[in-house]
Amino acid sequence: MSGQGGQDAKFFQRGKIQEFRAELHAAESKDKKFQKRKIVLKKIVANITMGNDMSALFTDVVNCLAIPSLEIKKMVYLFLVSYGRAKADQIHLVIPSFLQDCSDRNPLIRALAIRTMSYIPIPVVLESLTDQLRHCLKDRDPYVRKTAAICVAKLYTADPRKAERGGFVEMLRDLMLDTNATVVSNAVAALSEIGDRQDGVIFKLNLTVANKLLAALPESSEWGQIYILDSLLRYVPEKHEDAELMAERVIVQLQHANSAVVLTTIKILLYLMNYMENRRLIDYICKKMGPPLVTLLSSGPEVQYVALRNILLIIQRRPSVLKNDVKVFFCKYNDPIYVKLAKLEIMYRLAREENAREVLAELQEYASEVDVDFVRKAVRSIGRLAIKVQPAADSCIQALLNLVETKVSYVVQEAVIVIKDIFRRYPGKYEGIIPTLCEHLDVLDEPESKAAMIWIVGQFANRIDNADDLMDDLTYNFLDEPTEVQLALLTAAVKLFIFKAQSDTSKALVHKVLKWATEEVDNPDLRDRGFIYWRLLAINPAVAGEVVLAEKPAITTDADRMDRGALDQLLLHTGTLGSIYHKNPETFIRNATGKALADSPALNAFSRQVIVPITRNNLPPSAINIPGPGPPGPRKPEPAAPIDTAALPPRPPPTSGSSSVLIDTSGTSEHETTEDGDGEAEDEFAPTPTASADPYENLDNAFGGYLADEPRPQMNDLLFRAF
Amino acid sequence: MISAFFIFNQKGEVLISRLYRTDLKRSIADVFRIQVVSNSDVRSPIITLGSTSFFHVRVNNLYVVAVTKCNANAALVFEFCYRFTAIAKSYFGKVDEESVKNNFVLIYELIDEINDFGYPQNSEIDTLKTYITTESVMSSPIAVEESTKITTQATGATSWRRGDVRYKKNEAFVDVVETVNLSMSAKGTVLRADVDGHILMRAYLTGTPECKFGLNDKLVIDKNERGASDAVELDDCRFHQCVRLDEFDSSRTISFIPPDGEFELMRYRSTSNVKLPLRVIPTVTEIGTTQVSYVVTVKTNFSNKLSATNVVVRIPTPLNTTSVDCKVPNGKAKYVPAENVVVWKIPRIQGGQEITLSANAQLTSTTHRQVWARPPIDIDFQVLMFTASGLIVRFLKVFEKSNYQSIKWVRYLTKASGSYQIRF
Repeated sequence: MSGQGGQDAKFFQRGKIQEFRAELHAAESKDKKFQKRKIVLKKIVANITMGNDMSALFTDVVNCLAIPSLEIKKMVYLFLVSYGRAKADQIHLVIPSFLQDCSDRNPLIRALAIRTMSYIPIPVVLESLTDQLRHCLKDRDPYVRKTAAICVAKLYTADPRKAERGGFVEMLRDLMLDTNATVVSNAVAALSEIGDRQDGVIFKLNLTVANKLLAALPESSEWGQIYILDSLLRYVPEKHEDAELMAERVIVQLQHANSAVVLTTIKILLYLMNYMENRRLIDYICKKMGPPLVTLLSSGPEVQYVALRNILLIIQRRPSVLKNDVKVFFCKYNDPIYVKLAKLEIMYRLAREENAREVLAELQEYASEVDVDFVRKAVRSIGRLAIKVQPAADSCIQALLNLVETKVSYVVQEAVIVIKDIFRRYPGKYEGIIPTLCEHLDVLDEPESKAAMIWIVGQFANRIDNADDLMDDLTYNFLDEPTEVQLALLTAAVKLFIFKAQSDTSKALVHKVLKWATEEVDNPDLRDRGFIYWRLLAINPAVAGEVVLAEKPAITTDADRMDRGALDQLLLHTGTLGSIYHKNPETFIRNATGKALADSPALNAFSRQVIVPITRNNLPPSAINIPGPGPPGPRKPEPAAPIDTAALPPRPPPTSGSSSVLIDTSGTSEHETTEDGDGEAEDEFAPTPTASADPYENLDNAFGGYLADEPRPQMNDLLFRAF
Repeated sequence: MISAFFIFNQKGEVLISRLYRTDLKRSIADVFRIQVVSNSDVRSPIITLGSTSFFHVRVNNLYVVAVTKCNANAALVFEFCYRFTAIAKSYFGKVDEESVKNNFVLIYELIDEINDFGYPQNSEIDTLKTYITTESVMSSPIAVEESTKITTQATGATSWRRGDVRYKKNEAFVDVVETVNLSMSAKGTVLRADVDGHILMRAYLTGTPECKFGLNDKLVIDKNERGASDAVELDDCRFHQCVRLDEFDSSRTISFIPPDGEFELMRYRSTSNVKLPLRVIPTVTEIGTTQVSYVVTVKTNFSNKLSATNVVVRIPTPLNTTSVDCKVPNGKAKYVPAENVVVWKIPRIQGGQEITLSANAQLTSTTHRQVWARPPIDIDFQVLMFTASGLIVRFLKVFEKSNYQSIKWVRYLTKASGSYQIRF
């Protein structure tokens, strides 16, 4: 049966309407087994594929419907699906044939007829479809019913009110209780589609129906299982036991071969865990989720990528899931670049004292590879590792210094950026390496690394003998520098002056820079900050010193961790595009509906506290919500974390706390909650942002340039207008 | 859900185009061509522009593409693309530009059947083949009874199997195929070693057989709960949809009604006690800036009754290599300038042996000397009747109401392809 197939490639040739018309007519005579017309139709279909407009052949092609050949019928239907909408005035020619097929004795033909009709969503066709559809939804054959269920979704998309008036939504609800699992799952898919529309009928599940759906799970096809599992998000458990029982029923699906079934199961489990109380069960589920997630990494690279982006979210919310598995995220040399980058993002997060050496060795290996983004990210990761795992800091610094020695420009720049953070994390420990860094000043040509180096020079001006000379060189092109660098220079010049008030160079320098900043520059932030410094210095230099060199809160750890409410919300989109970009879909997809954890007596108290309500969908695709600078309270109106700050215009630097400003605009601040290391207490963890010591962390937890290769949807629609 | 499905050739020409929804126009294909096909630096299998997302999978010289306008289930979309490829392969042998063009009408028929309005539908190859065929036997309308049988199967609980299968001789073949992944550091320590196992079955069994399958396995959920038995520890396993997952969960038995013919029964992963069939010991020395000397030893690490076949060792050379002089006692070694590697092919190495390549690469002097990244040495091989995980099939029982005798065959194969890497 599975022969080596057809020989139809020869039909892939551009043809003219007139020729095809003539050929069709000529073929009518002596057409044995309709072979001739079949060939002409194949040519037409090939031309449709190539994008040639064949709609002018409408009547000629439709005439072929009279031929008693299923193959021809399917080709004609394909033609109708392509051009039916454009030929609304002639479509009445085919309706009788459709209607005849709808009452054919053969269930495959009946299904084909309604499936095709519903693909031509124009009033004439829909009008005759509705009656047929009503019968087909109650057809004795399950194949017809499962097709009819999807037809309702199509009808609803074309004309929601007509579908509602016709009672089709109720009929779909009834189909959820059908005896056939395939019919049930298609009905669920259709209802979900309708329920996701902004103007759609709300689709919620109660416990009874949810249980009925679960009963259909084992008999459903793999795709059907996905539709059913997915719909369980519409069920809100009222009691802990309900959530727990349901989790126990779906957990077996983790062993399914289809990765989408696995990820959707994980989504449901993560969701249900919010409503559970039984600590042991939660731990058990977390343990059960790890291995299937790792196994996804032996699927095709595309699925690996989806899995990795999701794992990154999951381990932030449930650190125990993969805590012992850092090795599986080591990159293979021939992994595609997107897989490598996604793995890298996960590696340092799973690093702990016990495995830090292995992780560092890997990262050092990657730092010598060819791909620039990958190398940069590897260097950044070494820095994060140093900040996250204190005992590994010494060897990380050594590794970074070795990298600086390579003199490869982008490697040095990345290293400087992370070293600056390491200085802040471990004050007084590594400043000895400053001279080495200063030797590479010339290499720095990117704003971020330059600003980082300038911060270092300013902050430690008292330990650098030739700091004034260095600063003098650095300010040489002050007016041509990007704002980020100008701000850094301004602050550093003030620091230098405070350290070396006696030095004439530093005095001249600070004067020069302040003058530039306040008189020559248009940027209001720079100007304002210039004025503040100027007045501070003018009024009381001693106090100025205390302000500018005030003790900075040490960079703690993971600000890379999203806040809990945002995570809970994002995890409701596990496996979907939103989980790839780490953005709520309503922020980048027009007409997408947001999701939020629904409150119920069973909802875990902390989850309730941090619920992020759904952002109303009001966006043209170019509008992005910008997180406000205020400290996130336990209930804040907008999710601050998942928004990709790198995509936004640079945030105005805050006007207080001068030296910290530099930190926040230029780089990274790491904050970590202790539970990452050993605790299993992820459900109990305090709302990190508010509890943390660094008041600026919520200003900008972005990695700056680190996000440059982060996957993200592109917001412009311009490209489409061109077509 | 999926709004459109396309297949492009390498030039970006559309070979198949099916719009499932009216929210897109065919011209969207041009956007994909510009953004992905003609872009030399594509860094993601998913690209989102505005609200439109393109998912692509490369198959030989083709792009299999699904386009969505919603927050689609990305895993589902990719699984659908994989499944389409598997079906196409089963129908016409290979999936490339030629075969797609030769079968485009059939492909349209298939993608209309396996996807409705963007929702993947029954895609069991066995069932599809009962009513979508390469021959145009469909021109004579099939009997209504026959179609009812088909529709019942396509929507039924065992949608993967027809009820009327008959064989004179009832046989089942089980292939345990293990792919070893190794990453070894330059110092010779194992950074990572694990096994991806696949259990493939070819079932030629009459009627509706009920099978039970047993392995010497032990599924480890918590690594700290190790027992002291000789059972192989599996980190995880995944099953074909015919396997009853609830039974596996409660009693660890793998029971199922198999599809007819070939299918992948199970996949598993093991990371503990991985037996590495081959050892590679490289000594690579850069002599000044103009020479690199290689001494690479390959040792087999299994019984001398077995042997490794189709061994291919790929040894990277610096980018500015001009020539390489190789000496091998066994097989053939050749410098491939296009890929900057020495390829050493050895048809067969017996267990317990070791062979050594020695080579010398001459380099040109370059003006700006970049440090050589030293990509890892990669080795491909196959070892029959050996499992790196130690997994053994304990039993395969077949029960059928007619109570026939059936013959079962088991084969083991351990292999590596592109995943067995040794740094130096």
